[in-house]
Amino acid sequence: MTGRGATVGVRAVARAVTRVARGVHWYTTSLLGDRDYDRYVAHLARVHPDVVPPSAAQYWRIRHAEADTHPGARCC
Amino acid sequence: MVARTEVEHVRTDPGLPPVAVVERGPLPASRRAVLTVVAVVGAVAWSILALVRGEQVNAVWFVFAAVCTYVIAYRFYARLVESKIVRPRDDRATPAERYDNAKDFMPTDRRVLFGHHFAAIAGAGPLVGPVLAAQMGYLPGTVWIIVGCVLGGAVQDYLVLTLSVRRRGRSLGQMARDELGRFGGVAALVAVFVIMIILIAVLALVVVNALAASPWGVFSIAMTIPIALFMGAYLRFLRPGRVSEVTIIGVALLLLAIVAGGWVAETDWGQDWFSLSPVALAWWLAAYGFAASVLPVWLLLAPRDYLSTFMKVGTIVLLAVGILVARPEVQAPAVSSFALRGDGPVFAGALFPFLFITIACGALSGFHSLIASGTTPKLLEKESQAKPIGYGGMLTESFVAIMALVTAVVIDQHLYFVMNAPAGATGGTPETAAAYVNGLGLGGTPITAGEIESAAQSVGEESIVSRTGGAPTLAFGMSQVLSTVLGGSGLAAFWYHFAIMFEALFILTTVDAGTRVARFMLSDSLGNVGGPLRRFRDPSWRVGAWVCSVVVVGAWGAILLMGVTDPLGGINTLFPLFGIANQLLAAIALTVVTVVVVKKRLYRWVWIPAVPLVWDLAVTMTASYQKVFSAEPRIGYWAQHRAFQDARAAGDTSFGVATSPAEIDAVIRNTAVQGTLSIIFAVLVIVVVLVGAVVVVRSVRAGGMPTTEEPDEPSRIFAPRGMVPTAAEREVEELWDAHARAASGTGTRS
Repeated sequence: MTGRGATVGVRAVARAVTRVARGVHWYTTSLLGDRDYDRYVAHLARVHPDVVPPSAAQYWRIRHAEADTHPGARCC
Repeated sequence: MVARTEVEHVRTDPGLPPVAVVERGPLPASRRAVLTVVAVVGAVAWSILALVRGEQVNAVWFVFAAVCTYVIAYRFYARLVESKIVRPRDDRATPAERYDNAKDFMPTDRRVLFGHHFAAIAGAGPLVGPVLAAQMGYLPGTVWIIVGCVLGGAVQDYLVLTLSVRRRGRSLGQMARDELGRFGGVAALVAVFVIMIILIAVLALVVVNALAASPWGVFSIAMTIPIALFMGAYLRFLRPGRVSEVTIIGVALLLLAIVAGGWVAETDWGQDWFSLSPVALAWWLAAYGFAASVLPVWLLLAPRDYLSTFMKVGTIVLLAVGILVARPEVQAPAVSSFALRGDGPVFAGALFPFLFITIACGALSGFHSLIASGTTPKLLEKESQAKPIGYGGMLTESFVAIMALVTAVVIDQHLYFVMNAPAGATGGTPETAAAYVNGLGLGGTPITAGEIESAAQSVGEESIVSRTGGAPTLAFGMSQVLSTVLGGSGLAAFWYHFAIMFEALFILTTVDAGTRVARFMLSDSLGNVGGPLRRFRDPSWRVGAWVCSVVVVGAWGAILLMGVTDPLGGINTLFPLFGIANQLLAAIALTVVTVVVVKKRLYRWVWIPAVPLVWDLAVTMTASYQKVFSAEPRIGYWAQHRAFQDARAAGDTSFGVATSPAEIDAVIRNTAVQGTLSIIFAVLVIVVVLVGAVVVVRSVRAGGMPTTEEPDEPSRIFAPRGMVPTAAEREVEELWDAHARAASGTGTRS
């Protein structure tokens, strides 16, 4: 009985750890921008379905070219 | 009788699930109980901070007082601001939804946007100001950081964000022109530009002071440039878009660079190459700022920004956990004698106004209004999310400032003044510094030269005497806190350089991004003059980019050089200018907000932006007045200027801390520049505020005026209002999930 209870407990902890790890991964990748390209492709498919999406490398070149001329301030 | 929460679903399209949930009704009993407990704990914590005398206070009480106040303020005051002034409507599309291009405009998850916004507003400012203000004791700084944020800084950030959200994400300068007219707008734009220059210069001065004659620090920071170049190339050519992957590699290399700095500093060649004088460092920084301004963003700026964002969130969490685990005792008095007499060595002047000037970031920071009207409004999913992001983001920065204050006040007070008094006072050697600090009347056990030397050795530095600017003190306090938690005294030197590194990293991020922003402001303004200058508008014109970068870097570089060679100490003369400039920017932002509130005839609630505006004007104008007109040379720039001029006229070869005729000339020149800047800042802001007052009077006479808000457009998306969705919001989220599945057949919501 106690053995089974322990296994259930271990499983619950493992599930919680996986959930937290997934959350951290989702948050870090969203914050830093890993998901931006996929979002852009989805956006194009939704709004301009006739446009062929650029490759990831092309997308980031365009993004950075735009950032070159639209600098964002960073505070003190 | 049990009162029920009323849930209303708002729809804009019969074919779509609800786009907003409106919940009305009294607080549930459980929520009320929690808030009561929070209020009681907060009151106890405040009482302990304010009333305990003669015994040491534990740092944990600062955390309790701050967090409990934030919770109550967010729940009640932010809500009042929201319901009386902001009046958000989530059935209205935000600019992010309306102009969605999946690039600069895109609806972004509120939790992710909170991270973006926080990383953009928080930097070295909230870490440095509170450290310097600690010379007045812990209580005045704590009260100002918490109360100033709740009633001032957070209100400013929140309201500027909401203004910009209703105006297609326009910038503060554009909104000033739209709401105040052309003249007020131009004054605001010029003010923003000169204020930015002084902010960059003073932050750069903090870095120089932290790295001068520290081969370990210089090596670690220098390594961040090749690391960033590597990351940039990796993202461009090897694995585009793998940002978090390359950031983790970058952070690992960064930690390696800190450890390697210790080895390098041990070697002869390391000492030769990386022991740089303050003047040399200032030139290197200017060169770096120029390079960052003209090089493509992908190569240097973007990867540094990834590192900076990652380190910012990481280290702040680390410090908070460190303080909670180590629970250090506070060494500083509640209110020091310097606060009462106004003659402290770290910065001169009385508690009012100079404490409120020294702590700008963390309590009320005008620079935030540039962020809140920059990228954040273009990414906001729902109008009501401006509260957790604008108000909540500032509360978080205030908390960072509280932790910085704690870190400074848990250090031995003698050591604190050894590090923070200017070299002219301490004499620069452990012996003279010990004699000077023991003469300050701090009480407690006097310090010996040997103790100062061993403190320096414990963090792997040659000397800690007169390491002004706040960063070394914060690093010293952090290494003290973190080494009791992790690694013991063996790791103290690592933690010290870790802290120096991340502060320098934040500041360099501000310096490089700020230089670039200022360069574009300059080229846009020149382009708008017209004629042959119109060509400056073209951002791809390299000559224009180079010319503007040289002007911007030259402007802040000159002030930086002036600061590092200032016989009076640099930080103590320039930091007040930094605080005044930053809060004058807040005055401009709050003026724009107040004008809009009056135009919309919300007269009963105009005090919400007007109270912080009036307070801010009282502080900045008193400080500017004293800096310009005070007869006391330690406070007034011009009084100091005249005193040194008289000395030169009398043929003196040394005067005060100046030991040569050249140094006398330097003081005369520097005080003239600083005094002139004080006058320019104050006059520009007075112009903006007066124009604002004229518009207010006109609007009241006319019975209200139109503002430049965009017409409504119905929203077609849903998102919860707060960080944690309510039960009713979860139900609606499920409806949207079901709707998305039905629409695509197979797709699931990511």
